Amino acid sequence: MSHLAIRAVGLGKAYRRSGEVRYNTLRDRLSHYFWRPWDLFRQTRSVLFWALREVSFEVKQGEVLGIIGRNGAGKTTLLKLLSRLTEPTEGYAEIYGRVSSLLEVGTGFHEDLTGRENIYFNGILLGMKRNEIKRKIDAIIEFAGIKDFIDTPMKKYSPGMRARLAFSIAAHLEPEILLVDEVLAVGDIEFQKKCLGKMEEVSKGSGRTVLFVSHQMNLIKQICHRTMWLEGGRLQAIGPTLEVVDAYEKALLGSLSRPTFQSEFRGKAESFYWYLLNSDKTPHTLCHLDTTEIAFVLDVFEPIYAWHYEVNLFDSAGRLLWSGWIKSLRQVLEPGRYEVIYKLPLLPLSPGIYHWRVILWGECERFVWECRPEFVVDVPNYQHFFDEYAGILNLPYQVKMNLIVSPESTPNLPTQPQNK
Amino acid sequence: MKPQVIRAGRPLTLELQEVWQYRDLLYAFIIVSFKVRYKQATLGILWAILQPLSAVAIFSFILGKLVKVPSDNLPYPLFTFSGMIVWNYFATALTQASQSLVHYSHLITKVYFPRIILPLAKAAVGGVDFLISFIALSGLILWYGFPISWRIIFFPFFSIVTLFTALSLGLWLSSINYLYRDVQYVLPFFIQLGLFLTPIVYPTSILPEAWQWLYALNPMVGIVEGFRWCLFGQGKIPALFWASLLMVSVVFTGGLFYFKKVERLLNDAI
Repeated sequence: MSHLAIRAVGLGKAYRRSGEVRYNTLRDRLSHYFWRPWDLFRQTRSVLFWALREVSFEVKQGEVLGIIGRNGAGKTTLLKLLSRLTEPTEGYAEIYGRVSSLLEVGTGFHEDLTGRENIYFNGILLGMKRNEIKRKIDAIIEFAGIKDFIDTPMKKYSPGMRARLAFSIAAHLEPEILLVDEVLAVGDIEFQKKCLGKMEEVSKGSGRTVLFVSHQMNLIKQICHRTMWLEGGRLQAIGPTLEVVDAYEKALLGSLSRPTFQSEFRGKAESFYWYLLNSDKTPHTLCHLDTTEIAFVLDVFEPIYAWHYEVNLFDSAGRLLWSGWIKSLRQVLEPGRYEVIYKLPLLPLSPGIYHWRVILWGECERFVWECRPEFVVDVPNYQHFFDEYAGILNLPYQVKMNLIVSPESTPNLPTQPQNK
Repeated sequence: MKPQVIRAGRPLTLELQEVWQYRDLLYAFIIVSFKVRYKQATLGILWAILQPLSAVAIFSFILGKLVKVPSDNLPYPLFTFSGMIVWNYFATALTQASQSLVHYSHLITKVYFPRIILPLAKAAVGGVDFLISFIALSGLILWYGFPISWRIIFFPFFSIVTLFTALSLGLWLSSINYLYRDVQYVLPFFIQLGLFLTPIVYPTSILPEAWQWLYALNPMVGIVEGFRWCLFGQGKIPALFWASLLMVSVVFTGGLFYFKKVERLLNDAI
């Protein structure tokens, strides 16, 4: 168990952010040099942007390592380096064993091919051998639960079926090292549990090493032995999961007072940042089932006439669960930063991942923002213990059962209906 | 166990053994491209024959019948068809290989594999079309009553050389196309031009003797002549063919290195 799986030493990745324009076509570049010929002989003023810097760590075989951090902290960059999608700018990493990376589910699925054909292609793409797939294909189909459609072209599949098939292939991968980006965030929760169960089972059984990036702290806590926290491209902490997650969540809460705006998009208005006002854990994780206040930040740069604002709440299957709106048909929404706060007496959602969408309607335009990060609900589950009997609402309830009429007290009353 | 090492600034090597390690994937790419290629067309694989056949019909009527272009003692349709399927093979392999990286960019950003198998697989799919149209050509040859000579054994050699030539350019163009999409607009024009710089609808013999050496530097000239030589025993392979093959090898090797160099930047360039 003490064998090494990954050793990274001073790993760093820099991207060049040139002060000048980026060229999409040769013509752009030629015309640029035509107008500014001196640029040909000048080192262009490019700024190095370090997505990851001086990251050193070791992972032992059979270990499940969680990777956490804010958006843009370098989590995905690290996975991309380890899965050889890009080259490091400095440092090195030694990897002992066959690597499969899941940065996305269903990579390479083709609409015109049948489910079976796609299993072969996707499986080989992710690093399985042809014989290995032949051996496992029945199990993969079984696990995905789409037996009847396996020889139908994939374009007839629903998004849910695709995700199930993709996960099923991924769950049957048997690399020595598995790198997983936040792919489990899609697909229905029941199926996620199945996949995680499978993942745990394999990592315990055969000593498979897993590196797992996630924003879902409850998931990280559940499956990761150790956790690495990246902050601004640097390694902030690595150690036992509970300690690191705790420190990370405290830091997140501390920085809440100054929300950071990361979107590159600049239009008439902008909104993507949201947070829970009274969260006792993280600004994006709901941990209780009483009064909840959710704030959405909206920046308006140009006046918007006849506006109408709404937020939509979706579950991970894409069902619209709730929308809250404000309307003002005549008035002008003047430029400025707004905060829209919804106060709900309770938000009875079952544990899982949800999604906020903000829509701002103007006189003849519509702006739609998909909020990031996703909304995580981490509350006790009061629903039926079989997923197939659980509904949408997760309400804490009290239940009691009273015997109101007993045969002893009124002996004339029949105890069973008499069917004669 | 020997680790896989990821290191900043490692020297440029070709790592061709990786292609062998990933041969299952190469094979899967070929199968998938082939299956998808004619999936939406009702006539399917027949297009591999119909396309050159209709071009040959037009050329036979205009150049063969009306302009009376000579054809080295062969029936003009046979002469043109034999050249046309070779050219189509070259053009398909080159075009497909050039677009391969852009076409599969969604995979390149998500999964690691030696990228060189993309142009290889795409070029190989053109080979399937070629084999099918070759069957049609064989039918045509039998119909005209030509005997098949022993030279047919060189047929595979010339087929491989065609693929090799297409790939030598395809390696360069696929990587350049990934960075500058201009290639996909320029390439069709050059392929059309190349059709007329190669003895497909006319024989080499109509060119002035003094210029034939320059003409022969086009590797496709020797290849097309070579195909006719091994199929009909007519036409001769110009001596400079071997020189142009050498040139192709140099371009091919350069292409391998350039491809490898660009490969490292693929996910940083987008």
